[in-house]
Amino acid sequence: MLVPVFGNAIAAEELMNPVAPAFKKSLADAALNSATKAGASYCDVRIGRYLNQFITTRNLNVENIVNTESSGVGVRVIANGAYGFASTNDMSPDGVANAARQAVAIARANARLQTEPLHMAPVQGVGEVSWATPYTRDWRTVPIKEKADMLIAANKAGLDAGASFMESRLFQVNQQKYFASTDGSYIDQDIHRLWAPLTATAVDKATNKFRTRDSLAAPVGMGFEYFDARPEHKVQAAGGVTTLYTRSYDLIEDARAAGRQAREKLGAKSVEPGKYDLVLSPEHLFLTIHESVGHPTELDRVLGYEANYAGTSFASLDKWRTRKFKFGSERVNFIADKTTPGSLGAVGYDDEGVPAKRWDIIKDGILVNYQATRDQAHIIGEKESHGCSYADSWSSVQFQRMPNVSLAAGKERLTPDEMVKDVKKGIYILGRGSYSIDQQRYNFQFGGQLYFEIKNGKITGPLEDVAYQSNTQEFWNACSAICDERDWRMGGSFFDGKGQPSQVSAVSHGSSTTRFNGVNVINTARKIG
Amino acid sequence: MKQLNQDEARRICERVIGFSKADECRVLINGNRTGNIRYAQNSVSTAGLNENVQLTVSVAFGKRQGTASLNEFDDRSLEKAVRRAEDVARLAPENPEFLPAIGKQEFRASATFNKDTAAIDPEFRAEVASHSIDAGRKNKLVTAGFFVDTTGFETIANSNGVFGHQEFTNLSFTCTARTEDGRGSGWVTRYANDARRFDAREASAVAIEKALRSVEAKALEPGRYTVILEPAATSEIIGRMFGAFDARQADEGRSFLSKKGGGNRLGEKLFDEQVNVWADPWDKDVPVRPWDSSSMLARERTDIIKNGKVASLDYSRYWAARQKARASGRHGNMIMAGGSKSMEELIASTKKGVLVTRTWYIRTVDPQSLLLTGLTRDGTFYVENGKIKHPIKNFRFNESPVSMLNNLDELGKPQVIGGDEVRFQMVIPPMKVRDFNFTSLSDAV
Repeated sequence: MLVPVFGNAIAAEELMNPVAPAFKKSLADAALNSATKAGASYCDVRIGRYLNQFITTRNLNVENIVNTESSGVGVRVIANGAYGFASTNDMSPDGVANAARQAVAIARANARLQTEPLHMAPVQGVGEVSWATPYTRDWRTVPIKEKADMLIAANKAGLDAGASFMESRLFQVNQQKYFASTDGSYIDQDIHRLWAPLTATAVDKATNKFRTRDSLAAPVGMGFEYFDARPEHKVQAAGGVTTLYTRSYDLIEDARAAGRQAREKLGAKSVEPGKYDLVLSPEHLFLTIHESVGHPTELDRVLGYEANYAGTSFASLDKWRTRKFKFGSERVNFIADKTTPGSLGAVGYDDEGVPAKRWDIIKDGILVNYQATRDQAHIIGEKESHGCSYADSWSSVQFQRMPNVSLAAGKERLTPDEMVKDVKKGIYILGRGSYSIDQQRYNFQFGGQLYFEIKNGKITGPLEDVAYQSNTQEFWNACSAICDERDWRMGGSFFDGKGQPSQVSAVSHGSSTTRFNGVNVINTARKIG
Repeated sequence: MKQLNQDEARRICERVIGFSKADECRVLINGNRTGNIRYAQNSVSTAGLNENVQLTVSVAFGKRQGTASLNEFDDRSLEKAVRRAEDVARLAPENPEFLPAIGKQEFRASATFNKDTAAIDPEFRAEVASHSIDAGRKNKLVTAGFFVDTTGFETIANSNGVFGHQEFTNLSFTCTARTEDGRGSGWVTRYANDARRFDAREASAVAIEKALRSVEAKALEPGRYTVILEPAATSEIIGRMFGAFDARQADEGRSFLSKKGGGNRLGEKLFDEQVNVWADPWDKDVPVRPWDSSSMLARERTDIIKNGKVASLDYSRYWAARQKARASGRHGNMIMAGGSKSMEELIASTKKGVLVTRTWYIRTVDPQSLLLTGLTRDGTFYVENGKIKHPIKNFRFNESPVSMLNNLDELGKPQVIGGDEVRFQMVIPPMKVRDFNFTSLSDAV
């Protein structure tokens, strides 16, 4: 996870002026023609306009409002069997044609160091098409005052409920992406995303203790209607310990609960370390999925292309080739997708012009596939790309990024309350907390926001100082029950970092509440000085 | 966009401040030209050059502030940016914590620019990659690495007469060497602002030697061990601690530096008395700009930990005014005193211990005690009777830097070090630490 990269700040009223598709097509053609003339066997052009608005608040103060815009063109070519990439913010036909020629020159230079030529899986040109995130209320049209008032009201609710301090933020993203390639595609996309993280802090100066509780809501690929909370989108957690949210979010209600729960955490019982059955809510499990299933099945990691920074992967090609590698128990099914409405990964086409799709990664517990781009598909015997190419800016080169990777709901009817009834000694964990995993994705440690002790089928009270440590394969093989689709919902990571230089992407992970047997829990309380 | 010299930058700042109709105006200009080369699987994967100059203007009407930025420098664009900032300021709610721009500051220049680093070209970068790839191939290893160099400048100015302009250079290099069967892995990192202090062959040889030595690692039971930590193994652990040296957080009761009953632990002895840490913009190894870009305050040489006592905390201008303390600009570097012993000498004086090359994926588990978790990576060895006995499997640790710096046995000769996720440039000694808490084993190589 990384901090956002800001572009140029712009006035709010200028956010709404889109660049005409005809202008973008003419720019794209200038680059495509220039690259082809310079000797490229393939060229793609990405014309991007990236708009963001960030609002940060602390208690009853708005600390900052930033509008940013970044526009420009990235040109990727293949010449002499190697890639070349160049980008420019000179959005004139001459500017992009020049960038295309630079990209070809770089490709020719790189070709000398290339051991074997690139092999691109075919993609059918789609002509002139467009796709947009479905939304009913455009965040760009919502007055700043309404947004600031919403955040301040949330902070006030948290303070009134027991927090000593409240912080809330609103991240709003609009990516206007135009993709064109020599395959004959001209794809205009308008992508919207939102995230409203908050933190309540409760302090007890007499004991010198403090505790925090973060938001339990997900970042989404939606419009501002996400904040029009509907009763049918509220879910009671097992035992009624808190309220959770599906397709809309009651920020103020969650802030109020956060303030109260941060205060309650100060008096919660410290966990006894040992083996427990864990009942993990989707608001927590998404990050464990992201780190232990999403990243190790990225094909570029598996192949060694991220060895110097993010690392490689235990889910190696030789394990995959056996068709018997037991990643998890037989009830574990992971599906990759770029299509789920409302998810952070949903697009019409990826940054290589490949249509969004769904495919199996883990089927009945067995590793069956990876996440691939056009130049990787042949390595795993695929005839076409999975559509996993993404660049975080017009100035960044696209590479393999994670699609939504989600745990399929259980096939038998089961609610979280029914799941808890079967647990003798367990812990119910909600929300994302501390997270760390090794560079091949074997050993991990996760914490959460809320922990509840389960004894003999009943939730008996809150716990603190909880973290669980496990090994990815052991953990997913210890998966003993998954609630049914009525409980399935998504969490997500808004700023997922990868690559050198680092790029961020946003991705969702869905699941139902899931049980894992006999997981090692440590107590994280320490005394210093 | 070409980089600006001092006169050009000053002229632009004066134009921007002249356009402003607000109560005050602050200008920040950042320019950089960054070249990089990335390789993996013994082959170059990407190489590029990015150049950008960006101006940010902040204006205020009373306690309402607005900010805009741009990368075009003609008068029309500059004036438009000022008007945008003024528009945002008029729309923004009042911020009760807003403080007016500071008055004129004296900035004593630091040696952040080096012409040899500024002269790095694509051939230099390709040479770096090829030294590493060739040396790896000769040893039947697979290498992956990243070299990046930056030449840039920063200019600050405000409507009270503050003005500063300084050029800088730096480079960083990381390289991972792995055995073809994936059973051994070694790594190295180098950071410098002077290219003459960087030797790609020497650096790659370190990663290669570690990779070859780390094959056939044995498992050691998790537990508390004496550890010898290379500077790269502690840079992020220590960097995270200094990132949390904030007076306001401590005074508000939400920091490991909060005091029972209220207040902070400034002046208390929290660490072993061997621990001495300071910030110094004019340090010869890690010079940084003599101002803090966001507050525009002049930086000073500042003791942070003196003989194990907390010697200073970071005060923002707002919090300093409220607590009647002195505001400090955010530090840009962190220098920790050490001894004269080499890594080899620290190993030689160790009866039983674990040598750690690098730590990875460090996250805060509990901000109350600053408990951090993370893993060892790319070269972890068992030391017995003064010698490296054999490689061992990687560990997960759960440890607080406060405990770590209390359990110090010995410090070695300090080295310049960068960190993946740390904002400071650092000089840190290798450390021998007792009772470092490894909580589980990792199968990762």
